[in-house]
Amino acid sequence: MGANSWYGPLADPSADAGYGADHPERVGFFTDTSVCIGCKACEVACKEWNALPADGVAEQGAGGDVLGMAGMGYDNTGGLGASTYRHVAFVEQRVPATRSAQTDLDMPSMDLPGAVTSGEDRGDATEVRWLMSSDVCKHCTHAACLDVCPTGSLIRTEHGTVLVQEDICNGCGYCIPACPYGVIDQRKGDGRAFKCTMCQDRLGAGLQPACATACPTESIQFGPLDELRARADERLASLQEQGVTEARLYGHDQDDGVGGDGAFFLLLDEPEVYGLPPDPVVTTRDLPSMWRHAAAAALTVAATVGAAFLGGRR
Amino acid sequence: MTAQVPAERRRRSRGGRGEQLMVPDADFRSYHDRPIIKPPVWKVPDVPAYLYLGGTAGVAASLAALADLTGRAGLRRSGRLVAAGGAVTSVAFLIHDLGRPERFLNMMRVIKPTSPLSVGSWILAPFGTATGAAAASEVTGLLPGAGRVAGLAGGVLGPAMTTYTAVLLADTAVPGWHEAYRELPFVFAGSALAAGGGSALVAGHGDGPPRRVAVAGAALELAATHRLETAIGMSAHAYRTGRAGRVLRAARAATVAGVAAALAGPVVDRVGRRSPRRRRLLDAAAGLLLNAGSAATRWGVFDAGMATAWDPAYTVVPQRERLAAREAGDGSAPGATVDR
Repeated sequence: MGANSWYGPLADPSADAGYGADHPERVGFFTDTSVCIGCKACEVACKEWNALPADGVAEQGAGGDVLGMAGMGYDNTGGLGASTYRHVAFVEQRVPATRSAQTDLDMPSMDLPGAVTSGEDRGDATEVRWLMSSDVCKHCTHAACLDVCPTGSLIRTEHGTVLVQEDICNGCGYCIPACPYGVIDQRKGDGRAFKCTMCQDRLGAGLQPACATACPTESIQFGPLDELRARADERLASLQEQGVTEARLYGHDQDDGVGGDGAFFLLLDEPEVYGLPPDPVVTTRDLPSMWRHAAAAALTVAATVGAAFLGGRR
Repeated sequence: MTAQVPAERRRRSRGGRGEQLMVPDADFRSYHDRPIIKPPVWKVPDVPAYLYLGGTAGVAASLAALADLTGRAGLRRSGRLVAAGGAVTSVAFLIHDLGRPERFLNMMRVIKPTSPLSVGSWILAPFGTATGAAAASEVTGLLPGAGRVAGLAGGVLGPAMTTYTAVLLADTAVPGWHEAYRELPFVFAGSALAAGGGSALVAGHGDGPPRRVAVAGAALELAATHRLETAIGMSAHAYRTGRAGRVLRAARAATVAGVAAALAGPVVDRVGRRSPRRRRLLDAAAGLLLNAGSAATRWGVFDAGMATAWDPAYTVVPQRERLAAREAGDGSAPGATVDR
């Protein structure tokens, strides 16, 4: 434990958790949503490898009709949950026609030849763009779920990820509202909390997580976190250069409220559009102050009861 | 899981289905109106009852300990019984709320200062043991010396019982609870004092200290709740509206009526003809009203937090404001609370 054990930049959370110097390097995901095609191969691969039970939108609190359709465009998964460790979000937006960067793929055009020049202002014209993003547990540097777990079921692994030990979890549910991203949840009929393990069982065998392995466009990239961060910076610069000015990284900043995410993203719009909090903070940051306030209130109770007896001795 | 999508629907800033405004002046974007954080799976009445009973038991134990030291046998007896009964019932509710109740003892597997539930378990377990032993000695008349030691230990732990639960709620990403972390311990402290003192009034041992404790506690409960409803930023809205708002208004009415009844007994005795029967009835009504108010306060706080968890506006809008303030260059740290 060190100065930034609960909040702030922390280079090596595994070392902070007590792993020796010989522990493996910290790994993570870089999800580049600019190349996500919404195929959901990651969702399927995750379900298969981790043998996750079927769930559905109703279980994610999104309602859903008798067919299990969410009424949310092409997204009938709803969100991350106790049996959904990868969730592909679909956002349909009408945007000014010039806003999307056009790439000449030598494909037949929908317009008359020469009618549209790439990037040209088309006046009031609009077009539809789809944002697709495969969401996952962020494996925070400062993980609130891990901090609040009263049983020690949630642990930091040697790979720097956050893992639920299902043989310990007693289903108290504290981790669920503690997570600033709404990732971890209680599995109905089981009672325990579940979330992405970053395929801990595959990491040990030198394999990549199932989702990254299945992703056909390399939207989901797995690797050492430092390497991924460098790669993400390059990708962002390249997109900006191509005119995709709305591209931004999310969760990569080690100075953010959770000390940076082990799984971070390249997004094409504001985080909340994808269902992500714009400025998440680990609740533990304020815990020392909370305990001080609670202690002051407890002393108020003690003083009130004591004074009541002093007030009128009979 | 009794949480429900708020009955009042909200305006969408983009993408239509504009209906009733839930949060005023909230221009925000979201993913299909979905909550950003996961609403707690904690159940009603389990968790509000656990909060209320734990607090009541804590104050009752402290009252019993001081009653023991000052020779008030009746108050000692009722305090010990309420403390033990509250502690045991509170634990029962806590265990019932677990997804795997048979693994309750895993709570005692580690001691984690970063987990208010771990700290709470380590307060609750010795408190339950001590108050249980004191009550057993009280009822059986056996080992009065050990009973006294246990009762004093319970009395010392009592105040901690009343406020750790506030940290339990506040140490989450639920905006309505987290943003209230300065006020919640005092709400819970006042609520516990009112209910603990009230329990002695119900038992007929309210004269003297318990009446003063109940009235002072009710005043703290009312003042701290008022601050909660006005000073915590956007989430305060959830404390004033919807079901949480109605429950908290009912709680306030019950507490005010309870205080009036608690004060009426001695006053009426002084101005009119003394009537032990009337006094007994007034005190019992006062105690019941204060306990109802206390329990309703816990339920209202719980409900308000749930409402802020279900509505992404409570998560997005304050975080956006924070980011905007930071970009404006005030140099505040990530997540810095806006001054209030």
